[in-house]
Amino acid sequence: MVNSPERPRRARVQRDGPLLVEGPVEVVGEDGEVTVSDRFMVALCTCRRSRTFPWCDTSHRRRERHSGEGGPA
Amino acid sequence: MNHPASAPPLPRPRGPLSTAVLALLQGSAPGDAPAPADCAPYDEDLQLALYMLYELHYRGFEGVPEELEWDARLLGLRDAIEQRFLDTLREDVPVDGTADAWKALDELQVEPVDGSGSVSHYLRDEARLDQLREYAALRSLYHLKEADPHAWVIPRLRGRAKAAMVAVEFDEFGAGRAEDIHAQLYADLMADLGLDTGYGHYLDSAPAEVLATVNLMSLFGLRRALRAALVGHFAFVEVTSSPASRRIAGALERAGAGPAAVRFYTEHVEADAVHEQVVRHDVVGGLLESEPHLEQDVVFGIRATGHLEDRLGARLLGAWRAGESAALGAL
Repeated sequence: MVNSPERPRRARVQRDGPLLVEGPVEVVGEDGEVTVSDRFMVALCTCRRSRTFPWCDTSHRRRERHSGEGGPA
Repeated sequence: MNHPASAPPLPRPRGPLSTAVLALLQGSAPGDAPAPADCAPYDEDLQLALYMLYELHYRGFEGVPEELEWDARLLGLRDAIEQRFLDTLREDVPVDGTADAWKALDELQVEPVDGSGSVSHYLRDEARLDQLREYAALRSLYHLKEADPHAWVIPRLRGRAKAAMVAVEFDEFGAGRAEDIHAQLYADLMADLGLDTGYGHYLDSAPAEVLATVNLMSLFGLRRALRAALVGHFAFVEVTSSPASRRIAGALERAGAGPAAVRFYTEHVEADAVHEQVVRHDVVGGLLESEPHLEQDVVFGIRATGHLEDRLGARLLGAWRAGESAALGAL
């Protein structure tokens, strides 16, 4: 088990990025609505700009010159 | 000898080098093949020849004996073609001893204000449904192999990098559910757009710029010496995927594509926002912790991927803006 007394669930905080928490995760919003993610790792939005809040959608990124892109992975 | 039942048919040749490879795959004399070192590295002929040789390591071709994967003549030819491709990439994407993997990744995170050079911006803002279909068909060569060559790096990684790489790959391969394998989600998207979902079906339509993006991940995946470049390739894809996927999802909704088409891209917005973080912190971080001398190769992998994506973007946008098709012949 990822989450047990011997092995607590790990979360990673970052200044310019989402809060990373080992999944699965249940998030309770201010309105009481519960959202569930069963990914092995969950990226929680902390900048409040995500269009898929509470999950990160990389909207925290700086916007500047073009630097190339690929497709989805 | 075993003949794979569901393998794609052999493609049409595009010049003397691909003709020679085709002959060897069909068991006939190769004739006078040009030396790969003298061939134009990004052209149709060399890229298709290399693509065919790499395909032997994936699913092969209809009527081609599976044992040819380890045929010494074919491997020798592949090595010579690969070297030509790799040497050119090393020239075009110079990386020196000061290369910084974190800086290279940070550069990818910056979103363009003006998306004029970006395929996903064009798809979101301007593309017609037939251009979206063309994009999906051409990209299928890549997406129907999605995450496959990256699995080759697993035995070459250790500790944190290996655990994290496997975790992300597990997600890519559907987290235990066949219907959620990302390559399957892509096939569903293609069906939604009325495209043929057969593996390798659009090979004859795909220009060299498309083949080069697939060949690059095969090159990095197959060579242990390039394991750090493969990690760089993976990092590039995961870091750039989320915002691009959101734009493409918007394009598909606007064009009235079906739910599977939209789902493929919206799934990637969220999944890759996570994958990006895991790849940065643990795959790249873990690899460089255990093998710090490989940092230049991580940067090379990132930049080489960007270089070939830019070439593909220029090809697609050049054709579409001129009112032409970017495919070779009709789909």
